Amino acid sequence: MNRALTVNGQRYKLDVAVGRSLASVLREDLGLTGTKLGCEEGHCGACTVLLDGIPALSCITLVHMVDEREVTTIEGLYDHPLVASFVRADALQCGFCTPGQIVSASALVEANPHPSRDEIRHAMAGNICRCGAYPKIEEAVLTWQD
Amino acid sequence: MARLIRTEKEVEGNYTEQWIVVDEDPVEPWPAGPREIVGRPLPRIDGAERARGEAVFTADLQLPGMLHTAVLRSPHAKARVTRLDVARAVEAAGVRAVLTPDDLDVLTREPGYQGAAVAAIAADTFDEAKEALHLIDAEWEVLEPLLEPDEAVRRGSLIDEPERYDRGDVERGLAEADVVVEAEYRTQTVLHNSMETHQSVCRWEGDVLEVYTSTQFIWGVRAETAEKLGIPEDKVRVVCHFMGGGFGAKNHPGEYTFIAAELAKRTRRPVRCALTRREENLVSGNRHATIQRLRVGAKSDGTLTALAGDFVMAVGWRGFKSWTAGPMKMLYSCPNISTIEYGAKINTGPNAAFRAPGFVEGTFGLECLLDELAAKLEIDGLELRRINHADSDVMEERPFSSKNLMECYRRAEPHWERRHEVRERSEGPWKRGMGMASQIWFGAGGPPSYAWVRVGSDGRAVVITAMQDIGTGTRTAMAQIAAEELGLPVDRVEVSLGDSARGPYAAISAGSSTTPSMGPAVRAAAHDAARQIIEIAAQRYHLEERVLSLKDGKVVSTDGGAWPLEELTGLLEDAQILGKGARGPNPTGMRVLTFGVQIAEVAVDIETGEVRVDKIVAIHDVGRVINPLGASSQVEGGIIQGLGHTLSEQRLVDPTTGVILNPTLDAYKMPTIADVPEIITELIDVPDEHLTNLGAKGLGEPPIIPTAAAIANAIRDATGADIRSMPITRDEMLRALAEAKEKTRGAPAAV
Repeated sequence: MNRALTVNGQRYKLDVAVGRSLASVLREDLGLTGTKLGCEEGHCGACTVLLDGIPALSCITLVHMVDEREVTTIEGLYDHPLVASFVRADALQCGFCTPGQIVSASALVEANPHPSRDEIRHAMAGNICRCGAYPKIEEAVLTWQD
Repeated sequence: MARLIRTEKEVEGNYTEQWIVVDEDPVEPWPAGPREIVGRPLPRIDGAERARGEAVFTADLQLPGMLHTAVLRSPHAKARVTRLDVARAVEAAGVRAVLTPDDLDVLTREPGYQGAAVAAIAADTFDEAKEALHLIDAEWEVLEPLLEPDEAVRRGSLIDEPERYDRGDVERGLAEADVVVEAEYRTQTVLHNSMETHQSVCRWEGDVLEVYTSTQFIWGVRAETAEKLGIPEDKVRVVCHFMGGGFGAKNHPGEYTFIAAELAKRTRRPVRCALTRREENLVSGNRHATIQRLRVGAKSDGTLTALAGDFVMAVGWRGFKSWTAGPMKMLYSCPNISTIEYGAKINTGPNAAFRAPGFVEGTFGLECLLDELAAKLEIDGLELRRINHADSDVMEERPFSSKNLMECYRRAEPHWERRHEVRERSEGPWKRGMGMASQIWFGAGGPPSYAWVRVGSDGRAVVITAMQDIGTGTRTAMAQIAAEELGLPVDRVEVSLGDSARGPYAAISAGSSTTPSMGPAVRAAAHDAARQIIEIAAQRYHLEERVLSLKDGKVVSTDGGAWPLEELTGLLEDAQILGKGARGPNPTGMRVLTFGVQIAEVAVDIETGEVRVDKIVAIHDVGRVINPLGASSQVEGGIIQGLGHTLSEQRLVDPTTGVILNPTLDAYKMPTIADVPEIITELIDVPDEHLTNLGAKGLGEPPIIPTAAAIANAIRDATGADIRSMPITRDEMLRALAEAKEKTRGAPAAV
């Protein structure tokens, strides 16, 4: 079916089958592979994108349910200060979960520019990092404006 | 000059003696301490690429015409396929090829665990491949699985011969002891759950097979794939620029690679075979469960007289028994030791190496046992560990190349001294305490490993070697080493890795070996290039070579002259300076190991059984530290995985059917950011003067080893309860508390 999708400020016209996930369309049809798939059932957070600024799990979001909401992926956060703060703090190891971490963190600091450690832990608990970069993710979000 | 030598190679505790050719390593070790770049913190050079999602993982690769694979897997732990008709699947929409056990020997009609691969379908899309699986007409004769490891040992269902080790006379040692402690410890099966699942994309280019794969060992995949396909190794090209975690489970090509290669051959198209998360947790490996029946004897002054262990490892249908007896054999000086290790062959998925396989499990048993002994002897745990410190290698009676465990203990003191104060902060049902555990592990790395360094006329350098960075930050460490040797700012050094067609042989990223194997080779290659630059500079500036050196991107002379490097190399136009380096041999007649100690601080709610870990102090001796920033990340990551292992992670198996009950990430509980305690990292950072031109050992595995035992011992300190089994769920905690109460009934309260 034909859909229009706004991703990172760009408008796309797509012909996609009903039932496809937003993640698969982003990755396969638009080539935006910064959005990662860790479990494809909404448990790990690697596929996190923003829908009108609100974090959503794109692997369990059907593309035809997105409607007019604006999609922001990691590619749309290229110059976000969180990218630099994640690198500075060494808040990534293998880096597979990192785009999802940064997308989640961007929504947090947008809503709350000076989050406490507890607020960071609450907001970021849905993004699994198996390498265990958590202490430095916390540091990166605390110091995102430095 | 190249030399033919006999050397020891060690990976994950397995030693092999082998002949290798090594080039002389003429490079003098650097003195101890931070240098201009090496030994100073540096954010990873590929950090932004990874953070922005630009790094292309195997999972992100989309090749033109690429097909996708779905695999028919056994729903039963043990079965026989009595009928397998794929005719309808072959005809299904989008299907391009179907493989059965008649086509490929990694597919089976006699599955021995849930998830064993039986058939494979390649289709235009993954959804079409999955749909076609339903069209395979398969009938199963379900057989009774063998699941209990002790029962497997009784029935003689073993992976290989039991491994026995004896030193001295254990029965005499126990007879001489003033105190004997006997206990049974159990550790559970845990799953790696790398964020990127196991996967490969295979494409035939003429008669060359390209394998894009998520791997810890590019050259191992190349060799094993070539062998499987019966083609020369140079006809296999293996590529892995970025990979999303392995932790030991990605040391080999895996069935998925062979399936993709065969399907690619039949369809003449690129084929992806990627495990789903649920498949990952059935078939891609695990840290096998263990049962450890241990005894220790000691004199009243704390001197160990005997250590004995009977270890049963629940290996699975295939795999290997991890070296769980290792810590008991190696950690302490003890004249009488006897161990036996059984690998139970049972109907569960094959195990795989998982970050210090065996030593995590064995250290939990041994270090808890030692603490129970300390409590009985009324000797402080730190003191007991010092009393029994091994000054030389007890297994092979060889000197250590370096060992700073006593220094680790010394640095632990100020933390350890807080334990009385911590215990006094217990309040109401929340009891607080501290515990410690020591760590021993390998981490020498070894030859062969090679690197090239290319310096162009622009005065920039490229390190070229076909190694992999599995997320540990080795790409950055190699850039630091080359930059240091070439006297270049690190932003003028690129590192080209991840492709067997573009660089020489490089070591596996397992067994804490990437930095100690590759680092010296990179330094030697950079040194070779630097030497050539100095030779050219001496001729250009009419000076003797011995007065010249490279620093801050310049050629400098002892009399104060300084010329930008690009001024000199600019003369070369298209000419290039090419340096090559090889990893020198490990020191002969010495044992190269890593050491450390961790201290945990916990709070336990004795009414509900909730355990909270408040703090872990980690003090490790791994020789020279190349990048203190990346090193602290490795330590934190190891501890956090250890925390999951200790408190929450456990693969659950239906005891009747052998079906895995929690293969998803909501049911399998890994730590999140909200579960992380305060972590203090201290590294001794003293180069091993006998080990290579760097004196650096590996750090990937040591930090996970003592975490579980330190936490369990802290729980004993807080509550008096002996933890004998992991994970320490509320059930286990309440059981241990009830047992402790039973033991002290009638006696004065222990807490």
